[in-house]
Parts: sequence; C-alpha cells; structure tokens
Amino acid sequence: MLNYIWSFLVVFSFVCAALLGNTEALSKAFVDSAADAVQLLLTLAGVICLWSGLMKIAEKSGLTNLAARLFAPLLRRLFPRLDKNSAALEAITMNITANLLGLGNTATPPGLKAMRELHALNGNSDTASDEMVLFVVMNTASLQLLPATLGALRQSTGSAAPFEILVPVWISSACALAVALSLALAGNHLKRRSLCPSSCPSLR
Amino acid sequence: MSLIMPVFAVTIIVFGLVRRVPVFEAFLTGAREGAQTLLRIAPTILALIFAVGLLKSSGAVAVINRALAPAANAVGFPAEVVPMALLRPVSGSGSSALLMTVLQDYGPDSFAGRVASVLAGSSETTFFATTMYFGSVGVKKIRHTLLAAIAADVTAMLVSAATVRLFFG
Repeated sequence: MLNYIWSFLVVFSFVCAALLGNTEALSKAFVDSAADAVQLLLTLAGVICLWSGLMKIAEKSGLTNLAARLFAPLLRRLFPRLDKNSAALEAITMNITANLLGLGNTATPPGLKAMRELHALNGNSDTASDEMVLFVVMNTASLQLLPATLGALRQSTGSAAPFEILVPVWISSACALAVALSLALAGNHLKRRSLCPSSCPSLR
Repeated sequence: MSLIMPVFAVTIIVFGLVRRVPVFEAFLTGAREGAQTLLRIAPTILALIFAVGLLKSSGAVAVINRALAPAANAVGFPAEVVPMALLRPVSGSGSSALLMTVLQDYGPDSFAGRVASVLAGSSETTFFATTMYFGSVGVKKIRHTLLAAIAADVTAMLVSAATVRLFFG
C-alpha cells in the first residue's frame, strides 16, 4: 500500500511544484528533507533507547507480570469462552498489558502466540473466530497509559507542557476502544461462530 | 503532570532493585533492543520525511488543505492534521514523521499541534496490525474486524479534536 501512497506523494508534489512555480523550493527540499529525517531520528533515538531500557528492567523484575495479573480478570470477561488457564488467554493478557505500558515491541510476540492458540482452537479455519476479531480489534485501538515517545517529540519541538495532552489522550483512546469493542461484540453477536467447529477437547 | 515520567522511571528502578534484578545490565539490554528498533524504522522515516518535504515545498500541502478544509471544518477537525490522520492507519513511522512536521510547523501547543498529539496517542496502525496478526496464521476471512477498527480510528479523530477544544479552549 505504501508503494502507491509514497509514489503518489512524490509525483503529486512534482506536478504541484511545476504548476505553482515552486520548483526551486522543491529542489531545496530534496537536500533539506534528508537532514530533517536525521534530526527526527536523533530525537527518537534517545527516547526509544531510554524507555526500552527502563521497560526491560520492569519486565525482568516482574513488574509487567504484576500488571498483567491486574488486567487478567477484565480480559477474562471479554473472552468468556476461553479457559482461564489457557495459553491463549495468557498470551492475550501479556499482549494487552505490554501495549498498555507502551511496550510495542514486547507486545508482538505474545500477540502472535495468542493468534496461533486461537487459530488452533478455531480448528485452523481460514475464517476468523469471534475471539480473533475481538483480539485484533483491541490491538488496532491504542490504549497507552504513558506515551513517552509522544511526550519527547512534543518536548523537543518546544512544548511548554509536553504531557498536558495526557488526559485527552486517555479519553480519546478509551472512546476509540469502546467503539471498537462494541462493534466487534455486536458483529460477533449477529453471526455467532462456534469457537471450535468440530469436537474440541481444550474447551471447558 | 510534569513529574509523571520521573516518578514512573524511579518506581521501575527501585522495584527492580528490590527484586534483585541487575538493573543496569537489564537497562543496557533494553536500550540495545531500542536501538535496533530505531534502525529498523529509520529508512521508513527518511522516505516519508522526504515525501513530506516535497509536499510542503511544492505548495501541494496548501492545495490539499484547501481541498479538505470544508470537510474537516464541518466536523471540527484541523485541516493541517488531516494528512497525518489519513496516514496513521497505514504506517506508524510515517505518521510519526507527519506528526513531527505538524509540531514543527504549527507548534506543539497550537490547536493543530495538540490535536495531532492526541490523535497520535490514541490511534494505532490499523492495517499493519490487522495484516500482521491475521496473516501470521493464514486467516483470510476477517469478518467485521476492519469495520470495527476503522470506526475506532474515526472515533479517535473526532474525539481528539473535541477533547482538545474542551481542555484547552
């Protein structure tokens, strides 16, 4: 998809520059944009490395697991058909917790594992199960308690209060998540699919 | 609010010490992983910053903004942030690049800058996550996943503008 979007942006800019007579500015941008990118990367480099380091400590000390235990009861309600000791629910819990703490990289491996487990429970069908829809939708709605990178970007561009947007971010994510969950659950309800088409021993 | 980051960091370190984790080494391991992440997204950032640089200098941004302004104004969304909102579901690092552009051009504490920040914090790269997760197990019929996910993105767009207006006047 980015193949088309990116090419379109470049070609469209060229056409606009030609029509509007901004060709000189356009050639200047060729040089400047590379330097701008490096500047942005440097800003990101500091904060990404710093927070990855700190969150590694949280992971090793069991703080992440502690948080996961906190969210487990909530997730159990969202996925009532999964056994509460199942590998699927455990992977889902780790994934959602990591996302909540802003650990995008740490969230992906348990996320993929959750999909594998759900896929097996779904009899390896090529149609998504209710649980899969719900899980992926939760991953496409961002719920992050402390957006550290966002704060750093704001600070580096001279914000007087980089984290003043925190409460609006929470409200906005909560609304987006609520809409995503409602639609996913409503869709699941409309056309219920059994978790496992054939006989499946791993269900309670 | 300004203390939130330091408090969070100190809590993590102290908790690590209590649990007898080699905190410094753990930090270095994590930071190294962070550096790898950065290297992985660097080419995407460069490609998108380049495209955005061309868009701005050619006057294309002004053209796009003028075309989108009526629709954006109708729902109370700043036209300057529309390009970022459109790229957000497709590319995470690409939309970071656009976020940075909005913050630099209009200021992080402007209406557009705040809306862009809130939107960045409350939405995800929808298409990427959907493709990755369903693709990893070969599920093709994803039913109403995209509908729900896109509805969430639209909600984040509308609510980000509304909350910024509510909180900052």
